[in-house]
Amino acid sequence: MQVPAPFEYERATTVDHAIGLLERLGSSARLVAGGHSLLPMMKLRLANFEYLIDINPLHEELGYIKTSSDEVRIGALTRHRELLESDALAAAFPIFRDAERVIADPIVRNRGTLGGSLCQADPSEDLSAVCTTLDASCVIRGPGGAERVVSMEDFHVGPYETAVGDDEMLTEIRIPLRPGGGSAYEKVERRAGDWAVVSAGAAVWLAADGTIDDARVGLAAAGPNTTGIPEISAALTGHAPAEELYEQAGAIAARSCDPATDQRGSAEYKRHLANELTRRTLRRAVERARS
Amino acid sequence: MTAVQEPKLTTFDDNDQKPVGYGRMLRKEDPRLLRGRGRFTDDVQLPGMLHLAILRSPFAHARIVGIDTSAAEAAPGVRAVVTGAALAEQGLAWMPTLSNDVQAVLATDKVRFQGQEVAFVVADDRYQARDALELIDVEYDVLDPVIDVRKALAPDAPLIRDDLEGKADNHCFDWETGDEEATAAVFAKADVVVETDVVYPRVHPAPMETCGAVADFDPIEGKLRLWSTTQAPHAHRTLYAIVAGLPEHKIQVIAPDIGGGFGNKVPIYPGYVCAIVASIVTGKPVKWMEDRSENLISTGFARDYIMRGEIAATRDGKILAIRTNVLADHGAFNGTAAPVKYPAGFFGVFTGSYDIEAAYCKMTAVYTNKAPGGVAYACSFRITEAVYLVERIVDTLAYELGMDPAELRLKNFIQPEQFPYETKTGWVYDSGNYEPTMRLAMDIAGYAELRKEQEEKRARGELMGIGIAFFTEAVGAGPRKNMDILGLGMADGCELRVHPTGKAVVRLSVKTQGQGHETTFAQIVAEEIGIPPADIEVVHGDTDQTPFGLGTYGSRSTPVSGAAAALVARKVRDKAQIIASAMLEVTVADLEWEKGKFQVKGDPGKSVTIQQIAMRAHGAGDLPDGIEGGLEAQICYNPSNLTYPHGAYICVVDIDPGTAQVKVRRFIAVDDCGTRINPMIIEGQVHGGLTDGVGMALMEMIAFDEDGNCLGASLMDYLIPTSLEVPDWETGYTVTPSPHHPIGAKGVGESATVGSPPAIVNAVVDALKPFGVRHADMPLTPSRVWDAMRGQATPPI
Repeated sequence: MQVPAPFEYERATTVDHAIGLLERLGSSARLVAGGHSLLPMMKLRLANFEYLIDINPLHEELGYIKTSSDEVRIGALTRHRELLESDALAAAFPIFRDAERVIADPIVRNRGTLGGSLCQADPSEDLSAVCTTLDASCVIRGPGGAERVVSMEDFHVGPYETAVGDDEMLTEIRIPLRPGGGSAYEKVERRAGDWAVVSAGAAVWLAADGTIDDARVGLAAAGPNTTGIPEISAALTGHAPAEELYEQAGAIAARSCDPATDQRGSAEYKRHLANELTRRTLRRAVERARS
Repeated sequence: MTAVQEPKLTTFDDNDQKPVGYGRMLRKEDPRLLRGRGRFTDDVQLPGMLHLAILRSPFAHARIVGIDTSAAEAAPGVRAVVTGAALAEQGLAWMPTLSNDVQAVLATDKVRFQGQEVAFVVADDRYQARDALELIDVEYDVLDPVIDVRKALAPDAPLIRDDLEGKADNHCFDWETGDEEATAAVFAKADVVVETDVVYPRVHPAPMETCGAVADFDPIEGKLRLWSTTQAPHAHRTLYAIVAGLPEHKIQVIAPDIGGGFGNKVPIYPGYVCAIVASIVTGKPVKWMEDRSENLISTGFARDYIMRGEIAATRDGKILAIRTNVLADHGAFNGTAAPVKYPAGFFGVFTGSYDIEAAYCKMTAVYTNKAPGGVAYACSFRITEAVYLVERIVDTLAYELGMDPAELRLKNFIQPEQFPYETKTGWVYDSGNYEPTMRLAMDIAGYAELRKEQEEKRARGELMGIGIAFFTEAVGAGPRKNMDILGLGMADGCELRVHPTGKAVVRLSVKTQGQGHETTFAQIVAEEIGIPPADIEVVHGDTDQTPFGLGTYGSRSTPVSGAAAALVARKVRDKAQIIASAMLEVTVADLEWEKGKFQVKGDPGKSVTIQQIAMRAHGAGDLPDGIEGGLEAQICYNPSNLTYPHGAYICVVDIDPGTAQVKVRRFIAVDDCGTRINPMIIEGQVHGGLTDGVGMALMEMIAFDEDGNCLGASLMDYLIPTSLEVPDWETGYTVTPSPHHPIGAKGVGESATVGSPPAIVNAVVDALKPFGVRHADMPLTPSRVWDAMRGQATPPI
C-alpha cells in the first residue's frame, strides 16, 4: 500500500466555505474532487499538500447540466458518469459521449468530475480536448463571490497549470450552442483506460447551404496542453465538406502539434495520429451535423 | 492414444457436477475468496505488531558515501532504523540467491539497481515508517550504469559486481547445449537458411497482491513464525535456516492465501529477511508489505533475452536444424529461480515440437544495473522464451518458403510412434500426438475459411492476420537425480489421513496462488479413494502442518504433488483393501475396487464402503495380522521424468491501417495436458494465461531510460490487459496421458502463457505481410506496429 505524507483534511460545506479555506491556506491547500489524479500523485509523494479541502459535498450545488437555447452550462462537479449518461448533452454535443466512453473505467467515471479533469491540466486529458474543441469558457469564482470567465485557451497556462488562483475555484463550464453543429471524438490508447497516445476532437457547424460555417479541432497528448488549432478553422470555414478538406486539416494538425516521444509512442507516430484522427473526427462530425 | 473431444464452448452449465473424482466442479476455495473472507499476508494482525518500510535507491548505480539516520531515529513512532552496515556486523548484509549468486539484503558498498534496498525503518504504524524514510539522508556518489545489455561486456563498461572477488567484467555465465559441429554441418548443406533477431523484452509478473511478510520471533521459545507471500514455503524455511543460522525446527513458514504469484513469489526477497531481522531486533512482530511500485521495480522480473534464431530447411519445407545465440540480461544479481544445473532453465527445448537433425544453442548471460530475477512469470523455466523463439523462426521459414505456416508445422511434427522422443538437446519428451491437436485447432478456427477471408480483405486493403503457435512444454521438475534448488531435490511429500467417519485430510507441500489446489487435489484423492471432494480437506502452505516439498512453480504442482496425492491415496486404499478383506471374510485377491467401496468379485452385493473401512480401522475389534490401526499414509514422490504438455493455438487479429491498433478478434486454444482433473479449472488457467499472452505481445514491457530509471513503476505505466483487450476465448482439448505419471496428468498452469505470445505476434506479422514485414518484436503497441508498417521495425531494447 502506497501511503501519502501527512495532511489535514476538511470537507467544504458551500462553495464560499471552500474558497474561504483556500483564502486562508493558500498554495499549501488543494481541492479534491474525484481524486483520481490527485490521490495517486500524493500516494507516490509526487504531490504533497498540507491541506486537502474535499468539495464532494458540493455536488448538489455544482453537479448539473443545464441546456438553454444558446448555451450549455455544466457544473464543475458533474461526474464523468453523468456526462456519459446525459441524453441532452449527447444531443447537443455527441463529442462528450464519444469521449466519456473511452475515459478510464466505470469506477473512475463514477467519481471523477469535469472540473477536476480540467484543473488537473494534464496534456493527455480527454475532457480538456473536448472543451477546447467546443470553445468552452470556464467560470472561476474567487473571494467575495467574484466571478471571472476565461476561454479554454487562457484557462490552461502550461502542463498541469491553470489560470485558477490559489484562492479561487472553477465552478462552471459554458459551451455556446449554435445551430447546424456536429461533433466527434476519437482516441488511440494502448489499452482501455490508459491515457491517450493521441486523441482528437472535432466540431463543425454547417451553414444552411451545407458549407462549413465554423470548424474546430482539439488534440490531446500532442503538446504541452490540449491544443485547439485555429489554422484548421481558417482552412475549413466557407468550404463544402469534402475528403480533400479533411486531409488538409489532418496535415495542418500534424504539423501544428508538438508531441514528445515516450512509452506511448514516438513523436512521429503521434503526428501521424493527429492527422489520422483529425480526418476521422471531422468526417464523423460533419455526418452528425447533417443528420 | 489421443482422444479428441469436440469442444464445448459454453461450458458453464455443468461446472458443479459434484463428481467423486475428476470432472467439473466449482472451486472449494471460492466461497471464501469471492466473499472477501480470504486471509492474505496483509490480513495478519498480531498484538503489538510493528511496521517496516524500506528505503530504496533512486539511482541505478552509485557508491554509498554515507548514511545519516539520526533524524529518522528521532521521528515519531520509530523503533529502529537499520542500514547495510548494521546488518554487515551480524553477517547478514548479503544472502545467497537461488542461483548460487549473492544478493545484498541492504546495500553496504554500492547500489546496483534503482529500487535496491538501502535501509529500513520499523515504526508503530506503516505511515510513520514510510514518513521516516524521508528523513534518512544518504549521500551517493553516482556511477555510470550499465543499462544497454549489448554493451555490458564492452571493455570500458563500468564494473557492477566488484563485490565478487577477482571479478573484472560483467559476465554472469556462459551456457551451451546441443552439438555445435553437427549443427554447423547440417546448416552448410541446407537449401534454405533463415536468420532472425528476436527480442523477448523484460516483463513483470505483477501479481495483484504484492510481496510481503509478517515475522514473529519469540525470544523465549526461540521460534520464528513467518507469514509470507511464498510459492515455496518449505524451500524458504530451509534457506532461512541456512542463511540466518536459526535451527530449522524453530522456523515455521506460513503462506496464507496468496493473491497471484506467477513466479514472482518464488525468490527470497531482502524484505523478508529485513522483517525477520526487525522482529529479532525489536522483540515484536513486524509486518512488511511492499507497495505497487516496489513490487514492479525490485522483484523478480521475467524474460529479457535477446535471441538470434537460425533455422535450416530443405526447399520443400523439411526443417533440418535450429541454432540460436542468446544474450541474457540477469540484472544486478543472478536471482534466477531454476534448478541449479539449469542456469538457462529449460531453454533447451527450443527445438520445439519438430523432428530435426541437429540443434545448438550458445548463451551468454551478463549483469546489468537492473533489478535481479529472470525466470518469473509463468514461464516454465524459460520455456516461454524457447517456444517464442522456435515458433517465430518457423514462421519466418514459412514466409521464406512461401508455405502455409500450418502446413509447415504439420510436415515437421515429431510423430506419435517416435515417443518417447529424445531431442537433439537431450530432452526426452514423454508422449505426444501433435497432429490431432493441430487439426482440432484448425477445425475450430475454420482455418481454410479464415485464409480465404484474409485474401479478400487484403484485396480491399484491410489488414487481417492469422497466427499459429504450436508448443511442447517440459514441466513438473523434476527428477531429483539432476534437479535441485540449492541442493534441495525437487521431490514432493504428501500425507493422507482418513478420519474414523470417512472424511479425510490431505497435506501438500505445494502452495496455491489461485490455481485451485484445494479443489484439484481433493479431486485427485477422491478419484483414487472414493471419498467425495467436499469431504476432503486440503492443507497446504504451512511448514508445521505439511510434508516437505519444493513448492508451486514451473507448472509442477499437478505433475509432482498431484502424483504424490494419487500415490498416497493408493497406499491408503491398499491398506483399506486388507481391512475390507477381514470385514468381508474373503481374501484380498477376492476383492475388487468399485469407486468408494470394495466388493467381493462376482458378488457385488457383498461390499464395504471406504467410510465403513475407516471406522473399522479406528474402531474396536481386531484388525488383520500386521495391520496397525488408523487409515493414513505418507509418501515422497520423485518424478522419473518431466511431463510434456502440448498445444495448438491460433490467433486472428485485425489491424487498423490508419492507427496501427491491433485487435485480437479470435483466439483458439487447444491444449493437451494429459489427463484432465477439473476441466473448469483448466479452462480458467488457460484463460488467464492467454490474457497474460495478450499483455506481453501487445503492451507489457519493463523499460529503462539511459540512466537506469525504471519506466514501468506503476500500473499506469506498466500496462496489463483488461477484459476489453481480449476476445471470448475458444478452447478445446485433446488427451495424451503421460505414460510415466501415476494418473497421466501433465500440468497446464503455464501452457497458455507459453503458447499465446508467439501466436499473437505471428498473427500481427502475418497481417503486415503486404508491407513485407517478416518480424516485429513485442510489445506490439500501435506506435511500434506503425513503425513496422513503414519498414522501420526496431527492437524494443
